[in-house]
Amino acid sequence: MDYIISILPALLSGTKMTLTIFIITGIGSILLGVLVGLGLISHFKPLVGILNVYVWLMRGTPLLLQLIFVFYGLPLIGIVFPRLDAALLAFILNYTAYFGEIFRGGFQAIPAGQFEAAEMLHLSYWQTIKNIIAPQVFKIVLPSLGNEIINLIKDSSLVYVIGLGDLLRAGNVATSRDVTLVPLILVGIIYLLLTAICTFVLKQIENHFRVWR
Amino acid sequence: MLEIKNLTKQFDGQMIINDFSMIVPDQSITAIVGPSGAGKTTLLRCITGLVKPDSGQFLWQNQIFDPTDHHSQNAIIGSVFQDFQLFPNLTVLKNITLAPTLVHHESLELVTQKAERLLIRLGLGEQKNLYPYQLSGGQKQRVAIVRALAMNPKILCYDEPTSALDPGLRDEVADVILDLQTSGMTQIVVTHDIDFAQKIANKMIQVTALKR
Repeated sequence: MDYIISILPALLSGTKMTLTIFIITGIGSILLGVLVGLGLISHFKPLVGILNVYVWLMRGTPLLLQLIFVFYGLPLIGIVFPRLDAALLAFILNYTAYFGEIFRGGFQAIPAGQFEAAEMLHLSYWQTIKNIIAPQVFKIVLPSLGNEIINLIKDSSLVYVIGLGDLLRAGNVATSRDVTLVPLILVGIIYLLLTAICTFVLKQIENHFRVWR
Repeated sequence: MLEIKNLTKQFDGQMIINDFSMIVPDQSITAIVGPSGAGKTTLLRCITGLVKPDSGQFLWQNQIFDPTDHHSQNAIIGSVFQDFQLFPNLTVLKNITLAPTLVHHESLELVTQKAERLLIRLGLGEQKNLYPYQLSGGQKQRVAIVRALAMNPKILCYDEPTSALDPGLRDEVADVILDLQTSGMTQIVVTHDIDFAQKIANKMIQVTALKR
């Protein structure tokens, strides 16, 4: 017990890093993902082409490679990011691609008649998106969004490769130093707690959206 | 009076509407009838501005207007869709009040009062706080009518208003359309149901498929 208390501060500070990456990436890439999703269904072909290449690159290469590329690769051509910024950039770019595809599917699931009905009522494009389309899309994509959000918590552990001290790294350090499994088990428990909280919150949001169909 | 002059529309080189003209007098009910594939819906979509005609003119009270301009404040044409297209995420009342408050910047209080009056008139006073999925087909259609009316259109268009309803509800729709006529609304109804058209219409326009 004493041992657990002695390593807890290190693990909690690692948790803080994990949460920082999780929250900033989550918010940033969901917002950008909506825009990418809208872009992917636009009638402006060059935009669709560019976004498709972007999505292909981001989903087609490992996130780990992208992290290394941003932090160790880009400085070779003179672009230097601090560690945390590099991690956030790579994560947001990567997750935006996934979220963009999820939102594209969501937007495409809305019948064209909904847009036409809004048009007949003289609503503007953004009024239509905000009041009519977005809530419906959000309800449709919520389960897939939840999957990615849970993945993001665990993927954040990849930042160890650019030397950031996240939860997993804190546990790993303690395990190697003290030759015991306890830190890794604690790390597992903390991840489980984090994902459990997320699952609970997502369920609440889904319930909230259940008043209409 | 709505006047349509020399309307022409092709899709992929196929002539759907060829040099079509018609006059819709104020407070009339005009039925556009014909078999499926004759171009009734395309004609209606040109009138509602959801399809851009290749050529032709639209005049409202002798003034040229462009039905595809859905950004103007003044709605000349309102539309009731075949499958209603109510917004599932909004209550009945919100479905109706959304556009007048956002587009015309009318006060929510006034719009709500007006919406409630119309809902009561169409027998939907109890349903105002329900969501669309909780309504029957006939109720959905009446909400769609009130939603269109809330924007104060000069002409209300219906695409196949009887097709998504039980046969028993046909007379109910006819009553609503005739009731709106007495309060001054000009209406255009596209339908393949000749009996229904004969029951409501002052004027019938028969469209037939063009030879291809």
